[in-house]
Amino acid sequence: MRLSEHTYRTISTIAGPLLFVKKVFSARIGEVVSVVSPEGVRMDAEVLEIEGDTALIEVFGETRGLDIGRTSVTFTDSVRKVPLSEDIVGRIFNGSFRPVDGMPMFIPEKWIPITGRPMNPSARARPEEFIETGYSVIDGLNTLIKGQKLPVFSCAGLPSKELISGVLKNSRLPGKGGRFLVVFAALGLAFHEYSYYMKVLEDMKTGFVAFVNSADDPVMERLLAPRFALTVAEFLAFEKGMDVLVIITDMTNYCDALREISTAREELPGRRGYPGYMYSDLASLYERAGRVKGMEGSVTMLPVVTMPEDDITHPIPDLTGYITEGQIVMSRELQRMGIFPPVDVLPSLSRLMQKGIGKGRTREDHRKISNNLYKCYARGRDMRRLEAIVGRDGMTEKDRKMLDFADSFEKEFVGQGEGRRTIAGTLDTGIGLIRRFFPEMT
Amino acid sequence: MTGKILGISGPTVSTDLRGLKLYERVYVGHSLLTGEVVRLEHDKAVIQVYEDTRGLAVGEPVKSVGLPLSVKLGPGLLSGMFDGLQRPLRKLREEMGPFITGGKEIYGLDFQKKWRFSPVVKSGDETAPGDILGTVADGAFTHYIICGPDGRGRVSRITEGEFSLDEPLGLYEDGRMMLGCHEWPVRSPRPYRKKFPATEPLVTGQRSIDFLFPIAKGGTAIFPGGFGTGKTILEQSVAKFADVDVVVYVGCGERGNEMAEMIEEFEGLKDPWTDRRLMERTILVVNTSNMPVAAREASIYTAVTMAEYYRDMGYHVLFLADSLSRWAEALREISASLEEMPGEEGYPTYLASRLSGFLERAGVVETVGGRRASLTMILSVSPPGGDFTEPVTQACLRTTGAFLMLDTSLAHRRHFPAINWFQSYSLYSAELGGYYSEKISPEWEKLQGRCTEVLQKEETLREVAEIVGAEGLQDSDRLLMLIAEKIRTEFLSQNAYTEDAFAAPEGTLALISRIFGFYDRMLKKMIGGVSLEDALKAEDKT
Repeated sequence: MRLSEHTYRTISTIAGPLLFVKKVFSARIGEVVSVVSPEGVRMDAEVLEIEGDTALIEVFGETRGLDIGRTSVTFTDSVRKVPLSEDIVGRIFNGSFRPVDGMPMFIPEKWIPITGRPMNPSARARPEEFIETGYSVIDGLNTLIKGQKLPVFSCAGLPSKELISGVLKNSRLPGKGGRFLVVFAALGLAFHEYSYYMKVLEDMKTGFVAFVNSADDPVMERLLAPRFALTVAEFLAFEKGMDVLVIITDMTNYCDALREISTAREELPGRRGYPGYMYSDLASLYERAGRVKGMEGSVTMLPVVTMPEDDITHPIPDLTGYITEGQIVMSRELQRMGIFPPVDVLPSLSRLMQKGIGKGRTREDHRKISNNLYKCYARGRDMRRLEAIVGRDGMTEKDRKMLDFADSFEKEFVGQGEGRRTIAGTLDTGIGLIRRFFPEMT
Repeated sequence: MTGKILGISGPTVSTDLRGLKLYERVYVGHSLLTGEVVRLEHDKAVIQVYEDTRGLAVGEPVKSVGLPLSVKLGPGLLSGMFDGLQRPLRKLREEMGPFITGGKEIYGLDFQKKWRFSPVVKSGDETAPGDILGTVADGAFTHYIICGPDGRGRVSRITEGEFSLDEPLGLYEDGRMMLGCHEWPVRSPRPYRKKFPATEPLVTGQRSIDFLFPIAKGGTAIFPGGFGTGKTILEQSVAKFADVDVVVYVGCGERGNEMAEMIEEFEGLKDPWTDRRLMERTILVVNTSNMPVAAREASIYTAVTMAEYYRDMGYHVLFLADSLSRWAEALREISASLEEMPGEEGYPTYLASRLSGFLERAGVVETVGGRRASLTMILSVSPPGGDFTEPVTQACLRTTGAFLMLDTSLAHRRHFPAINWFQSYSLYSAELGGYYSEKISPEWEKLQGRCTEVLQKEETLREVAEIVGAEGLQDSDRLLMLIAEKIRTEFLSQNAYTEDAFAAPEGTLALISRIFGFYDRMLKKMIGGVSLEDALKAEDKT
C-alpha cells in the first residue's frame, strides 16, 4: 500500500510523448502523473504500462524541453477523475477541463473517474421517447430517440457545423417538463469553427456545457474531452435527472488523434494505420448513451463524423456505423442544389425510430407519412436514373409525377432552410406534399 | 497460493506466482478481478484479466484458484441473462446498481432455490459421467440432471423430493455425494459418443433461408453483412422461430440498447412450436461492446458450454452469436498485448484454427448418455467496410456449411432479410431439399430450381432492359421479370415486425406454388397467342 504522492527524478528514456521512469514504487495503471520540466513547466501524464519497477508514462502535450537528469515526475496514486457539480451548466472548458469563458472554476460536488463504468445491459430501459431537433428530415424520417446514438456522416466542405448549431439551438423534448440540456464537445477545431461555435454558445447563454479543443491544442486532449463530456452527461442524467444530448464534433479528429497516439506508443497498426482496438475504443464512448430502468434522465448522442474522401467504408464511419443506431448522411448533390440541411434520406436511418413515434409520442399518422414519403422519394430517385437514359419525354405520366415529387420533396421538406420546424409542422408539410402529388394515397 | 503483480500492460498482467497451470483461473489485485493464465515463463506467468485493469497497482496480490475458467451447469440457466463469465446480470444489477464494477464473484446458478427432483436411477445402479440421474421441472421444461465428470460409481442411496443445488441428491457407495449441478471448463468441448452427418433441417421460419439456403440441425452457418444490413434482426428472428428446444444467444460486443429491446420482446412473445413464453427456452449471454474486451473473448466459450450441456440432455440446441467479428477483434487485442507475431490484418495466425476448433463443437451427436441430439451454430460476421475478403469471413468459409451473405444494396432498397441470392450458398441444400421433398411435397426441389433460374434470368434481362427500356422486351421476358419481382417482394422479403415474420414450410411451399401457378397459367395463355397485357387483365377479373 502507498498513501501519498511520490516524486522521482529517475527518467531513463524519453521518446516522443513517452517517458520511462525507473525505480517507481507500486505504480498504478492509468495513474495520473505530473511531469515538471527543468524550467518549471508542468505537464499532465498518465501511466501506460508497468514492468517491475519501471513505469512507461505518456505525456499529454509537447515534451520539448524535458531532460533526463532534472525533470521530476510525480505519481498521484489516483486515476483521472472529473470534477462534477450542477454549477457546470452554462460553462465552457478546454480539453484539459479548464474554464475558457473567463469565469473561475466551480467548486466540485464530487469526483468521478473519467472512463465511467459500463451500463449493465439488464438495467437498460428501451429508448422510446422522441427528441425534436427542429429539422424535418431528422424529426420526420430519421427520428432521434432519447437514449439513442445517432451519428451525422458529413463530407469535407458540407455545412455540418450549421446543422449542428441548429440542433444545439433548437432541440427540445416536446411536451414534457423535464430538464433538457446539451453537452457539446468540439475536437480539433480550426479558428473559424471555434469562433463560430463560441458565438452560438454565447447567444444561447445557458442550457449547455461545452468542451472546446482547438486544432493547435494538445492531441491527447481530443481523447480526453469527449470522456469529460460524457462523464458530465452521465452525472447530470443519472444523478440530477436531466435529459442530456451529447454532441461531439468531429469524431474524425478524435480517431486521428487515437491513431497518432497509438503510433507513438509503437502499437501494431490496423486498417489504414488506425489501431486494432478502435472499435472497442469508440464503443467505450458511444455505448455510454442510454436510459436506465427506474431513473429519470437519459444520455443521447449525436456525434459528427466527416468521412475522409467521402468514403462511407473508411474505418471511421464504418466502425461508427457498426456501433451506433443508425446514421444521418449528408450529401454533396443536395448541397450543390442549395438545399439546407443537405441530408440524403435514402442511406439515412434511425434504427430506434419505430419505437418512438406514433400515437402518444409524436402523432398517430407519423409512421404512415414517413413510410409514404420514403417510398415515393425512393421511386422518384429511381426515375431520375431512368430519365437520364430515356429522357423526360419518354416517360409515362405516372413516372413524371414521381420525378416531380422527388424535386419538391427535396426543396420543401428537406430544404427547410435555417429555421426551426416543430414536429407538427414537419408532418403537415409531409401530408401537404403527398396530397399535392398523390391524392389517392391519403 | 498468493503472489504479486510484477507488471501491467492493458488487459494483461504478469505475476511471480509459482505453480500455475495454463488456462487456470486466478484472482488479480485487491478487488479480486477475474483472470486466466495465458502464458508461463520460467520466472513469471502472464494473466489475461477479464475486467477493467485501470487503477491496478504493481505489488497487489494474485491468488490462484486451481481450476480453469469454468461455468456452473445445472437447473435454472434457462431465461437467464449472463455476462461473458456467467455472472447473472440481473443479480449483478440488484447488488451494484445499473453500472457494472469489477471484482464481484456471483454464481450463475441460484443455490437457494428449491427444485423437485425425481430420480431415474435407483440404488445399486452403476453411473458414469454423462448419465442421466433424474429430472427436475424448470418451469414447463424438463431438465435432466446429468452426472458430472467425477460421477462414476455405484449408487447407494438416491431420494425423490425437494433439494437445492448445494444439497446432495444421493450418495455413492464410496461415500461421495451426488449433486444436481457440476462445473465444466469452458474451453474443453463436452464429450459425446459419436457424431453423425447433419441431415435434418433447422426450420428458421425465414422463407429465403428454408427454401433457398436451408440450414441443417447440427450444422453451421454465417450471416456476414455490413452495417445496416439487418444481421441482428435476422439473428433475432431465427432465435424466435427456430424449431429447437433451447436457444443460447450471445450478444458479443454489440449494442446495449438492442439487448434491452430483445429481452423486452422475448418476455412478451410465445414460442411458435410449444406456445410457451419464448424466454423460457432462451439463455442470453451478453457482453456489449463497452464491457471488458477479454470477457468478450471468453463469452462465446461460456455460451457454447451451456449449449452443449442442454445438448447432452438430448435436446436440439441452437447457438447464435452476434457478432463473431467482435470476438475475433477481442482475440486480436489480447494477442497484441501479448506481443505475439501478427498475421493478416493484425489478427493472430491461430485465428482460423481457433475458429474451426470452435465451430466443430456443433453437430448431430449421440450423447454420452446415448441420446441423439444436435447443436446448431449460426453466427453473424461484421466485415469491415462490407468487404468479404477480410480474414474473419474467409476463415469461417473454410468450415461453415452455409454462407448467407447480407447485401447492402438490398438493404438500401428496404428488401429484408437482405440475403443476396446470387452470392449465398448452403452445402446442405441438396440433402435438405430432398428431406423437404419427401416430408412436405415432391414439388419442393422442383420449385426451388425454377425459383433460382427465374432470379438468375432476371439479372440478365435487367441489364438488357436498362438499355432498351422495359417496353423493348419480348412478352415472355417481361412476364419473367414480373414473376421475379413477385418472388422478390412477396416471397423472399419478410417483414420481421408483422405476422409474416414466421413462415412454416407448408406455407412457404404454398406461396411459391401460387406464384409459379400464376406463371404457368400466363405462359399457357401466351403460347395460345394472347398478349401479356390481355392475359394479365383476364387474370385480374378471375
